[in-house]
Amino acid sequence: MDKDKRSTGYSLSVNDTSHEISKSWLGESLLYVLREKLGLYGSKNACEQGECGSCSVLMDGVLVCSCLVLAANATGRDIKTIESISDDDSLTDVQKAFVDAGAIQCGFCTPGLLITIHDFLETNPEPNVLEIREAISGNLCRCTGYGRIVEAVQIVSKQKSVGQGGSDDSS
Amino acid sequence: MTVVKETVGIRQSGIGVSAVRPDAQEKVKGDFIFSSDLSSEGMLWGQTLRSPHASAKILSIDISDALSISGVHAVLTADDVPGENIFGLERADQPVLADDFIRYAGEPVAIVAADHPEVARKAADAIRVEYEIFSPLIDSYAAITAEAIHPEGNVIRHLNILHGDTEVVGDVVVEGEYEVGMQDQAFMGTESGMAIPSPDGSINLQISTQWLHSDQEQVATALNMPMEMVRVTLAGVGGAFGGREDVSMHVHLCMLALHTGKPVKMIYDRNESFLGHVHRHPARIWYRHHASSEGLLVKVEAKVILDGGAYASTTSAVLANACCFSIGPYSVPNASVEGWGVRTNNPPCGAMRGFGNVQTCFGVEAQMDKLAKELSLDPVEFRLANALKSGDTIITGQKITGTAPVREVLMSLANHPLPEPPSDNILERPGGTGRTTDGSHVKRGVGFAASIKNLMFSEGFDDFSEARCIVNDGFIAIQTACVEVGQGFVTLVHQIVQEILGIEKVDILPADTSIGSAGSTSASRQSWMSGGAVMKACEAVVDSLISDLSNEQGITFERIGTVLVAPDGSASIPVTDALQGRNYDETVVHRHAPTVPLDKNGQGDAHVSFAFAAHRAVVDVDEELGLVRVVEIATSQDVGRVLNPIQARGQIEGGITQGLGLAILEEIVLVDGKIQNANFTDYLLPTAMDTPTIEIAALIEEPEPNAPFGAKGIGEPPVISSTPAVVAAIRDATGLDLNRVPIRPEDIALG
Repeated sequence: MDKDKRSTGYSLSVNDTSHEISKSWLGESLLYVLREKLGLYGSKNACEQGECGSCSVLMDGVLVCSCLVLAANATGRDIKTIESISDDDSLTDVQKAFVDAGAIQCGFCTPGLLITIHDFLETNPEPNVLEIREAISGNLCRCTGYGRIVEAVQIVSKQKSVGQGGSDDSS
Repeated sequence: MTVVKETVGIRQSGIGVSAVRPDAQEKVKGDFIFSSDLSSEGMLWGQTLRSPHASAKILSIDISDALSISGVHAVLTADDVPGENIFGLERADQPVLADDFIRYAGEPVAIVAADHPEVARKAADAIRVEYEIFSPLIDSYAAITAEAIHPEGNVIRHLNILHGDTEVVGDVVVEGEYEVGMQDQAFMGTESGMAIPSPDGSINLQISTQWLHSDQEQVATALNMPMEMVRVTLAGVGGAFGGREDVSMHVHLCMLALHTGKPVKMIYDRNESFLGHVHRHPARIWYRHHASSEGLLVKVEAKVILDGGAYASTTSAVLANACCFSIGPYSVPNASVEGWGVRTNNPPCGAMRGFGNVQTCFGVEAQMDKLAKELSLDPVEFRLANALKSGDTIITGQKITGTAPVREVLMSLANHPLPEPPSDNILERPGGTGRTTDGSHVKRGVGFAASIKNLMFSEGFDDFSEARCIVNDGFIAIQTACVEVGQGFVTLVHQIVQEILGIEKVDILPADTSIGSAGSTSASRQSWMSGGAVMKACEAVVDSLISDLSNEQGITFERIGTVLVAPDGSASIPVTDALQGRNYDETVVHRHAPTVPLDKNGQGDAHVSFAFAAHRAVVDVDEELGLVRVVEIATSQDVGRVLNPIQARGQIEGGITQGLGLAILEEIVLVDGKIQNANFTDYLLPTAMDTPTIEIAALIEEPEPNAPFGAKGIGEPPVISSTPAVVAAIRDATGLDLNRVPIRPEDIALG
């Protein structure tokens, strides 16, 4: 890489904060810049070819693998990472369900799954098991066998259903 | 015996409750620091250059172009290894950096440190290596007699087990040959870490691993440094499953950091991760089973070849497991088993969850089904009639002195209801959301398999773990070098402290080499070994407390639960209250009962304890397309005691999913020793759509004598017989032999 290309600067809007990215090589992925330039290490690097979902973020509200997005191309976009989904001392309903249901072992896939599931429940708040499994099938987990993850989504779905006075039949 | 379905504790803490992981909150918020998240001011990035050839001689290495690239701080080769250019987990036989011969495709040749990972990659590409390329030795059978590819020869271990009358012949004889492909651990967090040099010349290595002290010893030898100058600290581990038991980038990172005087970070990308750790041994297995016409096993003959790849790693111990447990969880009076662990120019193989038992379980369970069919017996009834029990002798001549509830495992599973018949929903048929099947060629099958696993290290290994319990005016800290890989040891530490001291808030100090070894997080051993050490350290604190109270008050209390009670019942005080204002610091070492090496006939009390499991798989198979949908896997498992129901379920579901992967999806494909699919596009891991509902029919709780809290390790049994159960179900649906895993669509469609 040429030294002069490293000095190219651009701005990124991440979690409602604007960041100036300087001394950056234009070939850097959004995942690399989030992690190594902005210190947002919550998005994970497991395959870096769009197969595992560990690096999932929302870009203008669309679920993407940040490893497949060139950071410089994401300028002007609204990027949301795992670090933005709950405040310092609180957990979202999905995060809490993950904790309680035992959906976490090593935890490497967890942030990507949480981004995916939050996005999924926005569009399908009362999914059946097959829909849950399909929705998370782009996120690989090697520890859990997915059972407790599916369970966590069902817990949230039931809570939402009860909260809205709907049926609690999620099967 | 107690059979429990989903233990629901009424207790809020201690042993037996579904305590929540102490690191769960950090992990859901993305705040947990994994080894790949480490960062340091002024750090450099490391990169490894690996051989593209499986067998070659290095003629020359020219690093001048690489060194001239702006931003490159170091380019190092074998000549720069400060100490002995050799390492290895069981025996040192592998160069840190190749110095003359290349023995597998992916062997490290040179390392680079640069100020940006892309510069480091570019510099590695700029290193010019001239090779003389040889034809690789890739056939494990040929390797036994082929010209040696390593100074130590090609046969890493040759093992014979001769038990009883090896000449006897049964009324019914069945024979079979079986093959297991190379499976990858495929942990989500690739190898990564950071080495930080100190001004005094020492080095701090922060790394994701399974065994800190083994790393420390191997790194110190290669660096020619005293052990105390190499401090190894556990960095957050993104899964392991055996693949982090061997040293990978450890020495490389330290060399680059010492050479440059700067912190150096390295992350393998997924492709390099496939090249950078050992895999599950591919196996070729031959069996001949003999049974009486009444349906009792008479003799088992077996030959087992494990392909160890270029370097030994744990091949010797994996082979011992494969052979010692080659007959499965059954009582067999006579056996003749011969095994070879060999070197080839294929990628090195070593530890993966199930460790040798997986390979022979696939073959032996197929044989049990064949025998049952030959004898016109129900496969479960046949297994029940031959099931091991406590007091029986296994083929190594060792009597099982602990629990062996094989019958209970089998019966509880057989009695579990079967799932609903196939649904009309096309998404729930083979091919799933691909909507590939029209359903007209779909058949359902049910398969059954059972397994045995030895717990902890065998064959005379001095297996121990050290733990320290620090009490400071009611606050408590626990230190061990036990590696948390996601299995939940950190949760168990809290539960043990709650159980013995009644203290809810516990600090777990970082796992590092400032305390004695905890051994490896492998072999289903840490709940027993490091859990036992933590239990004893807590008990040592109570003993000191009782001694102090005796001196002060003249009453020698006894601990009953978490309360100290006077012998006459006249006084009592909770341990937590009694500890207020007091300080203790107790360190203990916990060992399991000693074992001995196997003798020349493969006989001896080589193992500590045994755990049993059985699996029943239900599959729908599209015979025309060769597609399989695993509908359900049900299991019963011998666990001794459930320490944490939700974590136990997590281990079981995760392990079964890895077994399913080996059955129908996962294989490292090699051509001339070179991996063809070192990525997640081509190496197929089970997704949530491939994974069925997992039913736990029963967890059999018969406390194991001498085991802390009576608990057996639970991590490995789920992965062992789940694979043959899935295959048996596909055989049931299709009538095909299917003697090789993973089963590919063409094996079914063209079978």
